[in-house]
Amino acid sequence: MSGERVPLLKIEHLTMRFDGLVAVDDLSFTAYRREITAIIGPNGAGKTTVFNCLTGFYKPSAGRLAMLAGDETLLLERMEGFRIASDAGMARTFQNVRLFAGMTVLENLIVAQHNALMAASLFSIAGLLGLPRYRAAERAAIERARHWLDRLGLIARADWVAGALPYGDQRRLEIARALCTGPRLLCLDEPAAGLNPRESAELNTLLLGIRDDEGIGILLIEHDMSVVMGISDQIVVLDHGRKIADGTAAEIRADPKVIKAYLGEEEEAPLPAETEAHIGFSRTGNTC
Amino acid sequence: MAYFLQQLINGLTLGSIYGLIAIGYTMVYGIIGMINFAHGEIYMIGAFVSVTAFVLLGLIGVSPVPLALAIVLLTAMLFTALYGWAVERIAYRPLRGSSRLAPLISAIGMSIFLQNYAQITQGARLKPMPPLVEGGFTVFESGGFAVRLSVLQLLIMVLTLVLMAGFTTVIARSRLGRAQRACEQDIVMASLLGIDVDRVISATFVMGAALAAVAGVMVTLYYGVVDFFIGFLAGVKAFTAAVLGGIGSLPGAMLGGLLIGLIEAFWSGYFSVEYKDLSVFAILILVLVFRPSGLLGRPEVEKV
Repeated sequence: MSGERVPLLKIEHLTMRFDGLVAVDDLSFTAYRREITAIIGPNGAGKTTVFNCLTGFYKPSAGRLAMLAGDETLLLERMEGFRIASDAGMARTFQNVRLFAGMTVLENLIVAQHNALMAASLFSIAGLLGLPRYRAAERAAIERARHWLDRLGLIARADWVAGALPYGDQRRLEIARALCTGPRLLCLDEPAAGLNPRESAELNTLLLGIRDDEGIGILLIEHDMSVVMGISDQIVVLDHGRKIADGTAAEIRADPKVIKAYLGEEEEAPLPAETEAHIGFSRTGNTC
Repeated sequence: MAYFLQQLINGLTLGSIYGLIAIGYTMVYGIIGMINFAHGEIYMIGAFVSVTAFVLLGLIGVSPVPLALAIVLLTAMLFTALYGWAVERIAYRPLRGSSRLAPLISAIGMSIFLQNYAQITQGARLKPMPPLVEGGFTVFESGGFAVRLSVLQLLIMVLTLVLMAGFTTVIARSRLGRAQRACEQDIVMASLLGIDVDRVISATFVMGAALAAVAGVMVTLYYGVVDFFIGFLAGVKAFTAAVLGGIGSLPGAMLGGLLIGLIEAFWSGYFSVEYKDLSVFAILILVLVFRPSGLLGRPEVEKV
């Protein structure tokens, strides 16, 4: 961390209730530009629910989600679904990869640049006429897609149908697609799930590179502690929907509350928090 | 042989028209997963607009047939597209996110509304159209039977071919087409990438309606009569075509349209004209029972 921290996303008193169940309870934290903020916690702690609120799947029961773009403050909870991506600059990936499986790798990345191209094509009219301005925009889109394919080592498979890619490649393609929208904040839901140790080490390098080169913020849900502890600038720990700790990796590791949430108290029966949380939230907390 | 060839020509003509209408069904189903039962009425509106436009052009004195035809086609596409857009905006968009049944019922309501709307504003009687495109060729002659291919039939087939080729290109290559395919595969994800899903859906209705309008114009010229009820039968038959081809599949709708047209023509030619509708609906039942995903459709995979 060098220089002054620039706030990017301010979550204030976010609460999400499903009938009687409180999935996220009065959560507040700030994510910064050029930083990786990890959200961790036992299964069902409400991590994915936070993402779902941020990306407009759920309307929060209470609280404020403010994206700070220059001088502007954009309130995500009041925005129409697609504007969260197009105007606020939020991009997201999923636990269970959600690609356009029937389209090619390249098409997946060009669809993500739809808005920029739509404007350039005068809503398809210029595109159909093949006007030069549109041609240039399309070339730029392909160039951008190629840049990310190159960076993520997928360039040789650009013309593959996305659904036919091996799992690890699909995960990376999803990240590439999110980046092609030109986001301010990249939300990654368990990007290391199902990756082998070598691949997750590569993921670390990649995420650090994105943070430094693109100057965007990254919000990360992850269970793989080698990823979380290795690259996070800030870690937010959730348990039962509440924030129990917030700090750097070193601070979190030493925090007794965190240890308790993960391992349970020694006096009590083993693993009460985790099993309880799992049963209580498994239907809502971890699905998307 | 000659008789067979004649039925083939008739069937392809009819099939072209069904194919044009079927595209509207299949596109809408592909993207929002509903059957737009008002689509047949959209086609009927297209036919009425064309009659009105022909009459108006006659009054102004636009006499060259190709010019009149071009103007009528464009007018019909424009106005009908407006209807298609309005139907979606009024009857379906407010219901998005509710149960799957709600827009379906709304569609049937819209269909009845449009029929009555046309009946009240245009009258219940058949509207005749004098034949405008005349002439034809004798393709083949044997045993005293001449196989005729009229200029109009040729026009219908060629126009359909051009429109379908153009349409396929738009879907495959253009920005909008790409967005449509993305919405078809995962509408939520498309929205998360910043695609204005509502606008894509509107565009889909507009495109489907414009193609149905072309079918409406062609039918008006082909049969020479229009009434407020033609949308129902043509709509159900085009729907059958879409199901036969595999609903949600664009080439399927085109193929299904042609097949339904051919089946109807051959049935009329070899068995009985009175029961030609029966043949089409028997196909609908058989496909739904034995091959619900159609000829070119993919079996539905539940999205997680």
